[in-house]
Amino acid sequence: MPEHSPEHPGNQAPGSNYFPSGDFLESPNLATELTQIADVDAYNLEALHNLDPDQVPEDAVKKRLGWTFWIAAAWIFLIVALALLAPLLEKLGMPDPTQPVCTSRDCSLQPPLSGYGLMGTDKLRRDIFARVIWGARVSILVGVAAVIFGIFFGSIIGIIAGFFKGKVQTVLMGAMDVLLAFPALLLAMSIVTFLDDKSVKTIVLAIGIVAIPPVARLVRASTLVFAEREFVLAARTLGASNGRVITKEILPNAVLPIVSFGIIGVAVAIVAEGALAFLGLSIPPPDPTWGSMINEGRATLETAPWVTLMPCLVLFLTVLSLNLAGDRLREYFDIREGAL
Amino acid sequence: MAFIWRKLLQLVIVLLCVTFFSFFMLTLLPGNLADTLCGIGCTQEQRDQKVEELRLNDPVYIRYADWLGNVARGDFGRSGRTQQDISEALTERIPVTAELVIYSQLLALGIAIPIAVVAARRAGGVFDRVSTTTAFGFLAAPPFVVAPVLVLIFAVNLKWFPATGYTPFLENPLDNLRTFFLPALTLALAEMAVYMRLLRTDLISTLQEDYITMAKAKGIPPKRILWKHAFRPSTFSLVTVAGLNMGRLIGGAFVVEVIFSLNGLGKYIVDGILGRDYLAVQAGVVVVAFAYVLINFGVDLLYAVLDPRIRHARALA
Amino acid sequence: MSRKDLTGSAAGRDPNAPLLDVRDIKTHFRTERGTVRAVDGVSFTLQRGRTLGVVGESGSGKSVLSKSIMGLLPRRNVLREGQVLYEGLDVSVLDENQMRNIWGAEMSMVFQDPMTSLNPVMKIGKQIKESLYLHLNMSKDDAHDTAVALLSSVNIPEPEQRLEEYPHQLSGGMRQRVVIAIALACGPKLLFADEPTTALDVTVQAQILNLLQQQQHERHMAMILVTHDLGVVAGRTDDIAVMYAGRVVETAPTATLFTAMRHPYTEALMASIPKLTDPSHTRLEAIGGRPPDLINPPAGCKFAPRCKYAQDRCLQEDPPLMDAGEPGHSFRCFYPVGTDAGAQALANNAAAGRSASGVPVTLAASGSH
Repeated sequence: MPEHSPEHPGNQAPGSNYFPSGDFLESPNLATELTQIADVDAYNLEALHNLDPDQVPEDAVKKRLGWTFWIAAAWIFLIVALALLAPLLEKLGMPDPTQPVCTSRDCSLQPPLSGYGLMGTDKLRRDIFARVIWGARVSILVGVAAVIFGIFFGSIIGIIAGFFKGKVQTVLMGAMDVLLAFPALLLAMSIVTFLDDKSVKTIVLAIGIVAIPPVARLVRASTLVFAEREFVLAARTLGASNGRVITKEILPNAVLPIVSFGIIGVAVAIVAEGALAFLGLSIPPPDPTWGSMINEGRATLETAPWVTLMPCLVLFLTVLSLNLAGDRLREYFDIREGAL
Repeated sequence: MAFIWRKLLQLVIVLLCVTFFSFFMLTLLPGNLADTLCGIGCTQEQRDQKVEELRLNDPVYIRYADWLGNVARGDFGRSGRTQQDISEALTERIPVTAELVIYSQLLALGIAIPIAVVAARRAGGVFDRVSTTTAFGFLAAPPFVVAPVLVLIFAVNLKWFPATGYTPFLENPLDNLRTFFLPALTLALAEMAVYMRLLRTDLISTLQEDYITMAKAKGIPPKRILWKHAFRPSTFSLVTVAGLNMGRLIGGAFVVEVIFSLNGLGKYIVDGILGRDYLAVQAGVVVVAFAYVLINFGVDLLYAVLDPRIRHARALA
Repeated sequence: MSRKDLTGSAAGRDPNAPLLDVRDIKTHFRTERGTVRAVDGVSFTLQRGRTLGVVGESGSGKSVLSKSIMGLLPRRNVLREGQVLYEGLDVSVLDENQMRNIWGAEMSMVFQDPMTSLNPVMKIGKQIKESLYLHLNMSKDDAHDTAVALLSSVNIPEPEQRLEEYPHQLSGGMRQRVVIAIALACGPKLLFADEPTTALDVTVQAQILNLLQQQQHERHMAMILVTHDLGVVAGRTDDIAVMYAGRVVETAPTATLFTAMRHPYTEALMASIPKLTDPSHTRLEAIGGRPPDLINPPAGCKFAPRCKYAQDRCLQEDPPLMDAGEPGHSFRCFYPVGTDAGAQALANNAAAGRSASGVPVTLAASGSH
């Protein structure tokens, strides 16, 4: 007999339902015996038959990150580098983002590349490029910190709810449902308002809290699945404590997929900070953030559109790059939402 | 029916928690609530009056029950800033936000559905690639980025649509739709991208189902297959997400109302926040959260109506 | 009942031609891994009212064959060659618009899995009536009466009520009956049944097969029954074509095939059908080795790598279709079963302990047939 390899669940393409789903061994005819013999290749071939051939190329495409990923990654790297190096750049001659570049009136609202910096100046004669760079510091800091905050607390709540179930789960997930009952932006706004503080710390807290419920839901769902898996049951049989099971067995399996959403989460958080800033609920002036710059520039949209459009463009490209890089990475590592 | 009752019970519990949360937020304010609500330059007499009025000496749960009773009767109190009756202000503003949200939802679905269907029919083709890429771009463009660009193009340069102004629908429907177009489009673009991607993916997988090949083998024309056989089974996640997105739209509406100076609920809350008009903010938050929860409840029911399998499974449960 | 004008297909029909004449059709899928030769040169003819069984294991191309003949495969990345003469008219060159007058009306198909071949969100009545409106221009009342009659003809109890139900409310066997009713709705002349019982319970399988057989007799309809199970076609078909690696390796009238098979693959398939005369716990013989690779098929005979009879010649030369002497019986093999050449080849392999392709052959195995 040739090698038997009846277990290749991963090789069966979606939509392929050739193999009867019943118990092979009980049915006494030829083909059922044959399906047992069928090895990887046979699965793949049969899958190809059953697949709409329209879809074959897409599915068979070799895994590559692609050039769009590298362009996106380069942009993210550039923005992060510029943001990190902002103080150094200022020493090298980049204007102060909060001060006019000159004393005379003529240098207000100068278009990009007109001798007043890469992106021109705003109404208060400040250098837009310098403001965008310093704004990037706020956006990236808030984006990354809020996502870490959300994932950290969301995972704890999700794991506890999923692991202990019962009343603990009802209470925790009920609380999450209540938080989810508010539109995200409204919740973040309320938190900033009622804490009555517009520091980076508060903004991170507000956006981070908003990020907790969705993370908790996902982690709880995957904890429920993993808590029943053989390796967890095996660990428990061997006498592992709850804490050990959670940290060694469940945490790596249930939380890692969430982390893969982190990059896209950063994009969402940056947009949220932008919206808060736009509404005047983020870092107060004269310190620049992208959202407040877009808002301030609206007054001169007709005469000097670049004041608004420059931060718009940078924010758009950054969010687009994060979305794209996150998407590609998830595809590359084959992490699907369905897997959670 | 059991399913509906269970859902209703859940709804009531969530609504109680949501209202309590909104109410409780006020007490979280730093400093003394009476001082904050009374404002700067408040005399001791005024402050005492405020304490009396809000019964701040009573425990939280009694005040909550009281407040809930008032709210149920439509009494949110008076705005600290404008002295206007808050429920009066809300009745003026709710229709504006509601129209904005519905208009943009219809706009988003109206654009997304035909594009997704055409793209899915020739998956991998030129139209599919162009539309999918464009949609991906829109996903990265939040309202406060889209709005200035749209205003610059359609209001400043082309002068097709006004950038500000509002005509009530009953006064002049056409004018109303015209003035509302840019705000609604701003809000719709990102949603449209989400809907388009979602429906396209679901349609592509539905089109690979056996029952589609079977319909083809029956001799059904492609257009009929697409709309009568493939469309409805592909819309389940679209309906869910569109429903859940109503909340996101309300959030987005805040920004859009501020940008286009529309006197809606969002602008009311934002103005309230900036003007430290906490009672007004609280009322706005309650109304929005209430609407949001009710919409989600409706979506759940609608979902059951759409999919006979779920309707059946739940009827049995 | 007046049929719609079958533009483009009514012309060019020859009443004396066989109902279906398939000439050397090929169906290849272009994929990243290479071209999958799912169907690689299949020919046969089918007369009105006759039944042909197409038998083969997974990967033999049998499922693709019926979809390819009907023209149901998408155009993109699919290479389709050869002629399909339906009543003398070459339907392989017709486009989908023209085929639509034939699909459902003259040719129809019963699919493998009734759980997935009915639209889950459409009432059963609507799914049946749809083709009645389309092909037969029926009025609402007529369509309703016809749908009820169709459902009772496939032995579905309370047909009126079923029309208003959704597929998920029926059992698998009942759903397959509905699928058959839909396929029969417009009185087709040719019915493809693509593994119609694979997805069903063993107890229901025979009922469905009997139903198909009964309907086929009553309607004097030709049928192509695709299956992986020789037991299914025994006694139900007039002729059988055994497929392997996208080709017909042996074709014969049913009785002839069972009594005087020539191809080793047919023999192996036969050996794996349980027989009533076997003592219980008799081990069924499975065919060793991998199912055929349709992307890089071996040189020579495609079955040689798994064949007990294989000689050196089989590894180099591809056997052509040879006439077995009896009417309608042909096969592709240099050392056919039941001939001196075949017996000699098996004896040689048994002596060597293995066939030319390396399949182990013992004396016991060689003596069992």
